[in-house]
Amino acid sequence: MADVKQAARPLSPHLQIYRWQVPMLTSILTRITGHALIAGVVLGVWWLLAAATSDSYFAVANAVATSWFGDLVFSGSLWAVWYHYLAGLRHLYYDAGRGLDIPTAEKLGWACIIGSVVLTVITILLVQ
Amino acid sequence: MRYITPRKRAEGRGAAHYGTEHHWSMTVSSVGLAFLVPVWLYVFGRALGQSREAVVATFGSPFPAILTALLLVVGMRHFAMGATTMIEDYARGSARKMLIIFVTCLAWVIAATGLFALARMAL
Repeated sequence: MADVKQAARPLSPHLQIYRWQVPMLTSILTRITGHALIAGVVLGVWWLLAAATSDSYFAVANAVATSWFGDLVFSGSLWAVWYHYLAGLRHLYYDAGRGLDIPTAEKLGWACIIGSVVLTVITILLVQ
Repeated sequence: MRYITPRKRAEGRGAAHYGTEHHWSMTVSSVGLAFLVPVWLYVFGRALGQSREAVVATFGSPFPAILTALLLVVGMRHFAMGATTMIEDYARGSARKMLIIFVTCLAWVIAATGLFALARMAL
């Protein structure tokens, strides 16, 4: 496309110029939660590796995984995965060409935020 | 002046220079993960906090082992591709290449480590 991209086009203002709105907040949160999940995955896989290795190794990994730090990482990851999950479903819905009008998009954004918290609480209650 | 049709010029392009394949792969893996993740969260959440014997028994049995293996492979591919998109958005040149290579390796190392642990518990 190099031969058609000669004219100096106006640039759109970057994120910090806009007033925060639900659709943009829920969009960037999708990316943040998706990448932050790597912390929970690393801790979980390390814990599995320790369980597969030896009693003494498991004692160390399990102590970390069930400490306040482990609780923080896994609880945060649980919310992150549910948020990313709902936002991903919303992405599939958007990809089908639906829900793109502003009132619906805002409702879907709130559904992701509230739904992720509700699902996190339900999951914690289920697995306790 | 290049004698080339607009269609030909657009083919195989897009922001990352390889069209829509990446997007389609993310769509396919996201649908797969939509089925895997809720069940896995329950299995993992139940096992977390239990004794080593109970954890090994859980992840050594067929359903949790296969589920976790699928989650690791599909999930880590999904992660590597998503991270690649983010890097393509924010980094340029050599930094972009190095970061993409790094997250790709990281994703494979995590998946391989998890699969090794599963194999050891199941076999």
